[in-house]
Amino acid sequence: MKRAFPILAVLTGILLSYALYEALVVAPTEQTMGNVQRIFYYHVPSAWTAFLLFFINFIASVAYLIRRNPVADAVAVVTAEVGVVFCTVVLVTGPLWARPVWGIWWTWDIRLTSTLVLWLIYVAYLMLRRFSTSGQTPVLAAALAVFGALDVPLVYFSIWIFRTQHPQPVIGGGGSIDPRMLHVLLVNWLAFLCLAALLCWSRYRLERLQREVEEAQALESIAAPGGSR
Amino acid sequence: MSSLSAVTRATLAKDLRLEWRSKDAINSMLFFALLVVVVFSFSFDPNAEESRQIAGGLIWVAFLFAAVVALNQTWARELRNQVLDAYRVSPAPANSLFLAKALGNFIFVSMLEALMTPLFIMFYKLRALGPAWQLIPVALLGTWALVVNGTFFAAVSLRTRSREIMLPLLLFPISLPAILGMVNATTFILTGEPFVRFWIVLLATYDVVFTIACLLLFETVLHAE
Repeated sequence: MKRAFPILAVLTGILLSYALYEALVVAPTEQTMGNVQRIFYYHVPSAWTAFLLFFINFIASVAYLIRRNPVADAVAVVTAEVGVVFCTVVLVTGPLWARPVWGIWWTWDIRLTSTLVLWLIYVAYLMLRRFSTSGQTPVLAAALAVFGALDVPLVYFSIWIFRTQHPQPVIGGGGSIDPRMLHVLLVNWLAFLCLAALLCWSRYRLERLQREVEEAQALESIAAPGGSR
Repeated sequence: MSSLSAVTRATLAKDLRLEWRSKDAINSMLFFALLVVVVFSFSFDPNAEESRQIAGGLIWVAFLFAAVVALNQTWARELRNQVLDAYRVSPAPANSLFLAKALGNFIFVSMLEALMTPLFIMFYKLRALGPAWQLIPVALLGTWALVVNGTFFAAVSLRTRSREIMLPLLLFPISLPAILGMVNATTFILTGEPFVRFWIVLLATYDVVFTIACLLLFETVLHAE
């Protein structure tokens, strides 16, 4: 198991380089947008990875609320942190792409609004974990994660229903994707998933070590008679 | 006496009585609400036509800030007198404490809104082009949305550093769909556009979902402090 981490690290490095090559060189240039479109190969996989991580956080939070399993809590912290990183990438690359293509930095359409709300909720989650002095921070944070999981679909759903009732100019329509572009997209997503797994794994190890140290310190201060602390 | 409604009524009555006798929170909050209205009216001074477009958003942002200041002192009295510890060991259901606090806050914030609204109407020369009576369900549902989550997150923030800032940090992201609903409903009533009912239904859905979530999770949070 110990050897698997460096192997994953090397694999991730190779995949990311290959994915970069594919995105910048191999992928065909888009018709209307030109080379700016290539940021799509970073924007979309980051979004999918962030959503996946936040979903895992939701499952871990519910598991923690039901069983109070410390592993579930550690998984929740880890996925929230790495998820916020990837979500930040989405929210930064999005406007960078939108400005040359649409002429605007931002709009309140359904995907952008929902992603922003998701990011805000998880930044609040991380702040709660950092600022809380209670011994039961994991429970409070898990409750917040459940609230967030109720909230984001509501935002998405309300804007979706409103838009179909009250049509607004469509920005960035759907439509099919060139199979070569799809291939590059999936390669990039695989690379990002490996990177996310690597980050989560090392953060998880750090989290476990921190908890073990805290536990050892607590035991020591209880056991030592008249401790200097 | 340990049924949900009996304890809720008793706790609510106690809070109202305490507040009525001391009036410390009421006076400062009322004056703060007045100041908020004046500052907003100073900063955004449109004519009657434009005011209808932006008044919805302005009013609800002002209510939101006044509500946060009111919500921050929700549990202050309980903390000072170790009431929460006593509550945890009593057989009273935790939800009755939550409901009493939420209802008390609702009454309180509604009072603030009742003060601020005529001032806003006056300063912005507002006149609703749509059916004005629809503003009442919007106000009730919107206020409950802010208050129910605000009371819950005030309890969550009890043992945090920078307690006062933690409440809005948690409340604002979660409240965004409700704020969307309140502001759009109010704006569409003022400008006479359709689709008001959709936003009122959304607000009602939000209220139901989050009231249930708060009731389910409050006991866990109370014991987690």
